[in-house]
Amino acid sequence: MNPQVIMDGLVAGSMIGLGAVGITLTYSILRFANFAHGELISWGAYLALAVAGLLGSLAGGLTTPIGPFSFGWAVPIAAIAAVALNGGLALLIDWLLFGRLRRQRSTIIILVMASFGAALTLRSLLEFIFTSNPAYYSKALQIAMPLGGGIRATPDQLLSLGVATVLVVAVHLLLTRTAIGRSMRAVSENPQLSGVVGIEVRQVIRVVWLLGAGLAAVAGVTAGLLVQIRPQMGFDLLLPLFAASILGGIGSVPGAMIAGLIVGFSEALAVQLIGAEWRAAVAFVVLVAVLLLRPQGLFGRAE
Amino acid sequence: MSVELIGYGAFFLTMALTYAIIALGLNVQWGQTGLFNVGIAGFVAIGAYASALLTTPDDPARVGGFGLPIVVGWIGGALAASVASFLIGALTIRLRADYLAIATFGVAVVVQLCALNLEWLTGGPFGIGFIPRPFAELAGDPLLFSLLNLAILVATVAATYLLLERLARSPWGRVLRAIREDEQAALALGKSATKFRLQAFALGGGIMGLAGAAQAHFIGFIAPENYIPMLTFQVWAMLIVGGSGNNRGAILGAVLVWGIWAGSAGAISALFPPGEQARAAALQIVMIGVALCAILLFRPRGILGEERVVSRHLGKLSARPNAPATPQAQEGTSNVQNT
Repeated sequence: MNPQVIMDGLVAGSMIGLGAVGITLTYSILRFANFAHGELISWGAYLALAVAGLLGSLAGGLTTPIGPFSFGWAVPIAAIAAVALNGGLALLIDWLLFGRLRRQRSTIIILVMASFGAALTLRSLLEFIFTSNPAYYSKALQIAMPLGGGIRATPDQLLSLGVATVLVVAVHLLLTRTAIGRSMRAVSENPQLSGVVGIEVRQVIRVVWLLGAGLAAVAGVTAGLLVQIRPQMGFDLLLPLFAASILGGIGSVPGAMIAGLIVGFSEALAVQLIGAEWRAAVAFVVLVAVLLLRPQGLFGRAE
Repeated sequence: MSVELIGYGAFFLTMALTYAIIALGLNVQWGQTGLFNVGIAGFVAIGAYASALLTTPDDPARVGGFGLPIVVGWIGGALAASVASFLIGALTIRLRADYLAIATFGVAVVVQLCALNLEWLTGGPFGIGFIPRPFAELAGDPLLFSLLNLAILVATVAATYLLLERLARSPWGRVLRAIREDEQAALALGKSATKFRLQAFALGGGIMGLAGAAQAHFIGFIAPENYIPMLTFQVWAMLIVGGSGNNRGAILGAVLVWGIWAGSAGAISALFPPGEQARAAALQIVMIGVALCAILLFRPRGILGEERVVSRHLGKLSARPNAPATPQAQEGTSNVQNT
């Protein structure tokens, strides 16, 4: 087996993990499977693309590559802007759709179905605005550096791994060490009771959307850096995201990240062993296996 | 002119009715049993490919092409989809509702992947052509041809509708609704919820497969991109618009949504220059997405709403002047979606 599998798995897995953390948070606190989460990833990538393009046209110097990376300062600045804008987009969708459905006390399934509708709307809007042709943050080609042991990686890949690690640690600390994190865990345990004891449930829901959409934007930007930006990109990630968040155990941030890596490795392995055309089936196999063997996931508790 | 119009009307209705069959299948699964299937496209595809394999002429490039009669293809398509749903259901039916949604979504992804990559079976990305069309020998007379095709679809929809109505009113249908409304109570009465759910899932999947076969033979050609998640989404929109839990709602919703869809496609090709039409088509999908969300927000029961189905014995009771049981009994079977 080619040791490069480890690098491919890590890179794909950290991207899946970032998205899965967002899915697992929205799932545990809003209590429905958000089929539109993949579209938040695509929107994050395109928002960053638009901002980076704008910055590049304002100040051409921002597009000259930084050090060994393929992109200029325009991309990291745009990524931060995309995190904020994507958070705003998620809040807007919640205000327009999910919040209203919650107030009508709709069943979970109605929420899931609405997220299905939101997903289609969001994806097709991207296709309308940006067309379905692939786009790139930078046309610069990167040479993969040998890291020893037969493994190669580009500086962009290493950077995205680093960013994912830092973010997951940060979210984990936020959940376990801060007041808002404790509130979030309380709401995920029991929304009614936490409302009674004076936790602002609406505030918590807003934070969850901001966090989930922000992480999705970062996942979108790294996916855009490493592969390409297409309106379908987030939708194609949806099944791996669900597989990772269920495998990790709903609500567990470290679980989602580790499970993301497991799904990423499985995909990389499958690409080597049976061929790239079956990559999308891997997440399904993982998903079915988890649901049958350990539906509460690796780090979850039985319900 | 008018002949063309009738021809187009027949074509439109035939297409809409194939969707009506899918929506009827979904109504068994969701409307009556509360099983959330997000993999409709997968089950329709299984039916279409199975029927195509059975009925097309022999093709050295892939397995089969058995050249069997169309009827055999339709039955085979329905059976194949039904068996597939049974197996998938056996794996996943015990799951929580939204886990079932995720799992069936995965099924559709995998089925499409198989259609794309198992070239020896499905023809791969090029699909399968030369699927025999009913009354092909009459193709010289387009009007008669399309009217006869429409007649077949009308008959199929009517038969499916009558069968499902009968089932809904049978003890079997009442158990399904009882499980949907209050599983604990149904279990207490000794009904195995899993078994009944699995039966409903397999029946609904089989009907979707039948619709896939009907569609394949009507169009004469199938390819993996016919079975994208968009199809699943359209059928959900149809059932929700018409009123889930209501077989007439499923048919009405299918014709209505397909009408809006076809109409907006026509408007787009008339209004936008050819270079912009791919873009405008995306806008068409935006419209369907927004419409579905709006219906869920403002009229989650759909146009017709759920049909109240009570036991005919209760019906006899209510015929008597002083029967007290009926209002409460009807209340109990009313729609749960809003609760």
